[in-house]
Amino acid sequence: MRKYLLTRVALLVPVLLGVSIVTFSLIRLVPGDPVTVILGPDARLTADQVANIRTQYGLDDPAPVQYAKWLGKVLSGDIGTSFRTGRSLTQELALRLPVTLELTALAVVLGIVPAILVGILAAVRRNSAADYIATMSTLVGISVPNFLLATLLVLAFSIWLRWLPPIGYVELNIDPLGNLKTMLLPAISLGLPFAAIMMRITRSSVLEVLGQDYVRVARAKGLRSDGVLGRHVLPNAAIPVITVGGIQIARLLGGAVIVETIFGLPGIGRYVYEAISMRDYPVVQGVTLVVALAFVLVSLIVDVLYAVVDPRLRMAD
Amino acid sequence: MQQVDVQTRPVGLVQTPPKQRAQSIKPRPSWVRGLLRQRLALTGLILVLFFSVVAIGGARVAPYGFSEQHSRDRMQPPGGAYVLGTDEFGRDIFSRLLYGAGISFQVGVISVGISGLAGILLGLVAGYRGGWVDAILSLLMDVVFAFPAILLAIAIIAMLGSSLPNVMLAIGIVNTPTFMRVVRGSTLSLRRTTYVEAAVSLGAPTVRVLARHVFPNLAAPLIVLASLNFAFAVLAEASLAFLGLGNKPPSPSWGSMVSSSYGFLEIAPWAALFPGAAIALTVLGFNLLGDGVRDALDPRLRY
Repeated sequence: MRKYLLTRVALLVPVLLGVSIVTFSLIRLVPGDPVTVILGPDARLTADQVANIRTQYGLDDPAPVQYAKWLGKVLSGDIGTSFRTGRSLTQELALRLPVTLELTALAVVLGIVPAILVGILAAVRRNSAADYIATMSTLVGISVPNFLLATLLVLAFSIWLRWLPPIGYVELNIDPLGNLKTMLLPAISLGLPFAAIMMRITRSSVLEVLGQDYVRVARAKGLRSDGVLGRHVLPNAAIPVITVGGIQIARLLGGAVIVETIFGLPGIGRYVYEAISMRDYPVVQGVTLVVALAFVLVSLIVDVLYAVVDPRLRMAD
Repeated sequence: MQQVDVQTRPVGLVQTPPKQRAQSIKPRPSWVRGLLRQRLALTGLILVLFFSVVAIGGARVAPYGFSEQHSRDRMQPPGGAYVLGTDEFGRDIFSRLLYGAGISFQVGVISVGISGLAGILLGLVAGYRGGWVDAILSLLMDVVFAFPAILLAIAIIAMLGSSLPNVMLAIGIVNTPTFMRVVRGSTLSLRRTTYVEAAVSLGAPTVRVLARHVFPNLAAPLIVLASLNFAFAVLAEASLAFLGLGNKPPSPSWGSMVSSSYGFLEIAPWAALFPGAAIALTVLGFNLLGDGVRDALDPRLRY
C-alpha cells in the first residue's frame, strides 16, 4: 500500500507542474503591454518609468526565467498581490476560503446522503416507481444550472414564503443559526446538481455489481439479501462512486463562484467575480491556482480512499 | 473491392464463424432501433430537434425585435399582446427567447466543434503513437482537467476579454480533455485489432489507417460525447452570461435574461422563469439524447 501511495504522489508532480505553468501563462493571455497589466489600466507613465518597471518585475527576462521566479515565490507561499488593494493574495484568500469551504462542505453533506440512499434504493428496486422518480429527478438535477436553481429557491423561500433571506452573510462564530439560515439556500443550489450526479453513479454502479456472478453465487448459497447487499454489493459499488464523488466535490468549487455571487457570500468565488470587473488579474490567477491545487489534493485523497476500500491495494506491497 | 475486405476482416487469414460475421455486418441499425425504443431518448431527440429549429428559424418569426423596448408595457404578465410577458425594459420575452436560442445554438456548435476537433486529433495521435507522445498529451489533458471547467472558462475569458467568441473558445478548451480521453482509449484498443494490423501490413500510410479504419469506429461514442458536451456548452454559456461574461446587453442570451430580471423577481417572476425553463429544457434534451444513444450502444443494457 505504501508503494502504491508513493507512486500516486510521484505522479502528481508533473500534473502540479503543468497546473503551475497554465496558471502562470493565464495572465499572459491579457492583450496589451504587461506593464499595464501589472499596474492596472489607469497608470500613466513615461517611457523611462516603464523601462524601470520592466527591469524591476523582470519582464525583460525570458519567459522560462520569469516562470521559475514566479514558481519560487508561489512555493514560498506568495501567490501574488491584488492590484486593487495592494494586499497579499495569500492573506486575502485566507480570509475568504473558510466561507467557500463551509458552503462546499454543507452542499456535500446535504447532497451525498440522500443521493446514495436513493441511488441504492433505485438500483435494488429497478424499474419500480421509486426508480423511475429517482431517474427523472436525476435528469432534471443535471440539467438545471446552479444559478437557475438559486433563482427558483429565492423565489420560493425568500419571496413567496419569506422563510430565508435572499442575500447576505452572517459569520459562523457570531451567530451559528443565522449563519445556517444564510447558507442553506446557497448550499442547496450548489448541492442539488451534485446530488443528482452522485445518485446516478450510485444507481448505475450498484446495478452493475448486482449483475455480477459472485452476487448470484452469494444469493444461491442462501445469504439474506441485506447480507448480500452489505457484504458483496456495496463495497464493490463504492469504487466508482468515490472516483466520481472526488471529481465532483472539486467541481463544486467552480459552481461556488456563481452561487456566492448570487447570494452575496464573501468567499473566494465572489472575490473572483469582483476581480473580473475590476480587471484585477492576479486575483483571478491566484484563485485559479488555489482551486486547482485543491482539486489535485482531492484526487490524492480519492487515491488514498481507494487503497482503504480495495483490499488488493491494501494488501499489496 | 479489396479495401472492403481489409476493412472488415482479412478473409482466409482468420476464419470467422458465420454467426459473428452476421452480427458485424449491420451493427448500426440495432443501436438506432435501440435508441428509438427508449422513450426518454426519443423525448430528448424531439427537444433537440425543436431547439434546433427554433434556433435556426426563430428570429425570423419573432413578433418583436430583441432590443425593441415598449416603455408603456414594462413587466407585463404573460398573455395578451406579449405571449410570455415583457421584462423590465418592456421588451417582449418570447421574441428575446427566440433570438437567444440562436446564441445558445451557435455557442454549442462552435465550442463542441473546437473541443471535438482538438480532442479527436490529439486522441488519435496519442492513442495510435503511444509512448512519450501519448504520455505528454495525456498529461496536458490531465492538467486542463485539474481546473474546475467553469472556473477555468471564467479565468480564460477574464484574461482574453469578455466576448462571445472568447466564451466559445473557453468552453471549447475546457471540454477538449473529455473528447481526447475517449478517442485515445478507443484508438488504443482499435490499434490492436486485426483489420488495423492488416491495413498497416499492406502498407497503408498512418493518416489513411487513422481516417479510414480507426476513425469510423469512433463515430458512435463521439455522437454521445457531442450531445453531452453540447448540453454542457449551453449550460456553461448561460452560467457565464449570468455572471455578465459574453455578449453585452441588450444581447438576448438566456443566461443574461435570467440575471437581468433577477432583481425584479418579486414583481415579474416570469421574466426569469421563461428563459430559465428554456435553458433547462434544452440542456435536458441534449442530456437525454446523449444518454439514450449511450444506452442503446451498450450491449449490456440492451436486454
